[in-house]
Amino acid sequence: MKPGPYYQRDRQWQPPALTPDYKTSVSRSPQYSMISLETTVSEITGPVFGHNDIDPIDNDLLLNYAKPGESPIGERIILHGRVLDEDAKPVPNTLVEIWQANAGGRYRHKKDTYLAPIDPNFGGCGRTLTDENGYYAFRTVKPGAYPWRNWVNNWRPAHVHISIFGSAFAQRLITQCYFEGDPLIARCPIVNAIPDRDAVDQLVARLDLNATIPLDTIAYKFDIVLRGRRSTLFENRPEGN
Amino acid sequence: MPQTLNYLKETPSQTAGPYVHIGLAPGAAGFDIYAQELGHDIAGPNAKGERIRVEGGVIDGMGSPIKDVLLEAWQANADGIYAHPEHLGEVEDGFRGWGRVFPDFETGNWTFETVKPGAVTDLNGRQMAPHISLWIVARGINVGLQTRLYFSDEAAANATDPVLNLIEWERRRATLIAERTDSDGTPVYRFDIKLQGEDETVFFDI
Repeated sequence: MKPGPYYQRDRQWQPPALTPDYKTSVSRSPQYSMISLETTVSEITGPVFGHNDIDPIDNDLLLNYAKPGESPIGERIILHGRVLDEDAKPVPNTLVEIWQANAGGRYRHKKDTYLAPIDPNFGGCGRTLTDENGYYAFRTVKPGAYPWRNWVNNWRPAHVHISIFGSAFAQRLITQCYFEGDPLIARCPIVNAIPDRDAVDQLVARLDLNATIPLDTIAYKFDIVLRGRRSTLFENRPEGN
Repeated sequence: MPQTLNYLKETPSQTAGPYVHIGLAPGAAGFDIYAQELGHDIAGPNAKGERIRVEGGVIDGMGSPIKDVLLEAWQANADGIYAHPEHLGEVEDGFRGWGRVFPDFETGNWTFETVKPGAVTDLNGRQMAPHISLWIVARGINVGLQTRLYFSDEAAANATDPVLNLIEWERRRATLIAERTDSDGTPVYRFDIKLQGEDETVFFDI
């Protein structure tokens, strides 16, 4: 029994390309149908990363851009969880990268001009490799909500962007992690691009008091699921034979 | 009630947004934070094969270049081998076959350098023409788009490529062929990705 093709992506669970309430999607959504492609060797492979690629401090956003002895302003949080596949198997040694606004809702990007100030001690990005059990953890500040141009008065719920590789190009995923209890989640056209309420709930991190460090840092737990893959019990008859 | 299957559901995708570069290419966002950024060198210094440059843009439905896009490239080496434990064969020391591509924020034009990949033998023994897999994310794109770049000077291999031949409409296959236009002695391939319109690029649901 050997690992075979990846399970097809559930396109009724994932957001469609065209979601008119999220206005930018209107001119950036392909209009023809995608061509369905059973994963070939080009998609069941993908880049491999190791500890030589990153530094241990890269997952600590409280320190990775702060001046010595200083730290960013904001609610100190631990964002942690596991990367699993659809079979609930851990995905070990995979690269997880995050980026976010600071506590005031401002990004450190030359194109962001929001009123809230840049925090001199906060870069806003981090990265880590999952351990052998698929576990990852970051330390950061809770990002602020911020306004964006969609409708006249749209505010993004507090969120952390997360990029995950898995072990195959077919598993490549970017998503956003939201925080339990935020009233902006239900009103966000980007969140609401996802048609299924249970799927939206999968993007909301839960307060995790067990992992919270008393008098220090509050924890949120966010598990990530990548596509699973079939085991080849029976050889497929090649098409045309 | 029948038994339950107990599979987990894949985490839903969300747009990478306009500031994806902060996370994946902070230098381009305007600051230095990591000792080394990933994905700047696709082929590495020791890769054999022909050194090439790919130039292009991602164009939206209004015909405007997308200036906040980010792409990732994934390719085999000149022998058609991927740097991955499931693909048997050796790659050169330092060859990863993966890289990140981001545009000039003023024009939307991007370029990357690599080596031309070789033809790849798929697991079922079938030969695929040389190609580079591309993954495209940006503001307004809810799920990263997957496409492939093939090479105009591989007409014979392209004609029998099993993936190109999945595309029923022959004229749409042309949207995946990068045109070779050499300049200053370097092979240059032009590849424009159109998200909409008559020449909309073919995207794959992989």
